[in-house]
Amino acid sequence: MRKLTLPLDENTIRSLHVGDPVLLSGVMLTGRDTAHTYFLDELLKDPIPESEVEVGKAVRRILHGGAIYHCGPVVKKENETWTFVAAGPTTSIREEPYEADVIKHFGVRVVIGKGGMGKKTLAACQEHGAIYLHAIGGAATLIARSVTQVESVYKLEFGVPEALWRIRVEDFPGVVTMDSHGKSIHEDIRAASQRALEGLLAG
Amino acid sequence: MPTPRAIDLEDAALELIRRASTVLPEDVTDALKRAHDREESGSAAQQSLASILQNISMAAEASTPVCQDTGTLIFHVYYPFGYSTASMINQINRATIRATEHAYLRPNAVHSLTGKNSGNNLGAGAPQFHFHEWETDEILVRLLLKGGGSENVCAQCKLPDTRLKAGRNLDGVRKVVLDTIFAAQGMGCAPGILGICIGGDRGAGYMSAKEQLFRPMNDRNPVPELAELEERLLKETNELGIGPMGFGGKTTILSVKISALHRLPASFFVSIAYLCWAGRRADMTIKNGEVVYHA
Ligand code: SF4
Repeated sequence: MRKLTLPLDENTIRSLHVGDPVLLSGVMLTGRDTAHTYFLDELLKDPIPESEVEVGKAVRRILHGGAIYHCGPVVKKENETWTFVAAGPTTSIREEPYEADVIKHFGVRVVIGKGGMGKKTLAACQEHGAIYLHAIGGAATLIARSVTQVESVYKLEFGVPEALWRIRVEDFPGVVTMDSHGKSIHEDIRAASQRALEGLLAG
Repeated sequence: MPTPRAIDLEDAALELIRRASTVLPEDVTDALKRAHDREESGSAAQQSLASILQNISMAAEASTPVCQDTGTLIFHVYYPFGYSTASMINQINRATIRATEHAYLRPNAVHSLTGKNSGNNLGAGAPQFHFHEWETDEILVRLLLKGGGSENVCAQCKLPDTRLKAGRNLDGVRKVVLDTIFAAQGMGCAPGILGICIGGDRGAGYMSAKEQLFRPMNDRNPVPELAELEERLLKETNELGIGPMGFGGKTTILSVKISALHRLPASFFVSIAYLCWAGRRADMTIKNGEVVYHA
């Protein structure tokens, strides 16, 4: 079990391989569908629209060397303090059209979600030095416990699940399923299960 | 107009939603434990099942959602003659709003045109209600929370299918189911639970497939051909080796339940409802004002 602390440098990322279980600590940002279209439509523009400059700076500070987590949490607000009640990963492949640009633009080192991603993201991981960390789908309470503090929220107008939550985590569990060397567990399992399928269809 | 029989389901429904969201049914948990023990020790598959089991007991203890995607609320209400379905809907809607305030449910109803989240899980078609009048003198409310990730990998197939060499028979059904589970890989949060309907039109087919998800994991189909196909598909889907979360492993599917409906001569649909490992269902019966919760 590798223990890693964000932000991460390229050497550390390159030392990781598919199948490695990891416990991640530090500050990360949640972002799913609306967040990714928002990044592309607003924050990746040059210049950034004036209304978004502040959020843009904050997002860059977290994501540079940092982690983006595909998650739409259940949250609670008591005495002006937010806490995460349940925070498992959501399906990542929906962000496939955007993620490579997001990795490149912000210098993201870790993309966290479930189900894995496609060729474009795998190539970006290899080129820019990033990994895909597969969280345990549905393990919402377990993961919420690893969120020690909700530090801030941006774009709450997107709704609770779609907003950008800046969270501090300790020992967030996951498995590297796409590394920075062009390997993807998802492709391997797909190929092996395809062979099994062909056998079963013939039988 | 005769007045309907009086009942207020609101408080009981709130508790039903809390239970469904925070306590996984025992038969599902047991199946996950067996899966955990089958996987190779130290494998990514076994580690993810261990995390899942740990998560299940934490959620029950803390009374927090088993999974943050608290899904579509699907209610089936069985009631004797004389009750008003419209007022039962109002009562359950109020319970849904309160369950969202308590964070048993995530705000999950999004307007399809404006993209706006209603914030309280109410909206057009949300929650989903199905009413069945019956002869028994008690009310049975069944609830399933069906998550989005697993909903996205459901499929409705048409037979024959020339690509798969699948004909209009049970072997054809077997082939399209295997192909659907292959296509889903780990994306529906495997290991999953399958509800399948052979026949019907497209609407009725999916409806019946989803009703199968309410069946206990270890029941036996009374139709021998279907029981046999359920067993064979359970074995063969696991031979695909996709494993928990798609990390590879021995357990891809936990159970298979199949129904059959009459169809038109011109069509032959196979509707496949995939439920993730977080198969959250709960029942309650109400008789003479007394509420009993099951599962
Ligand atoms: S598919 Fe199920 S377990 Fe996975 S995130 Fe959705 S509701 Fe949770």
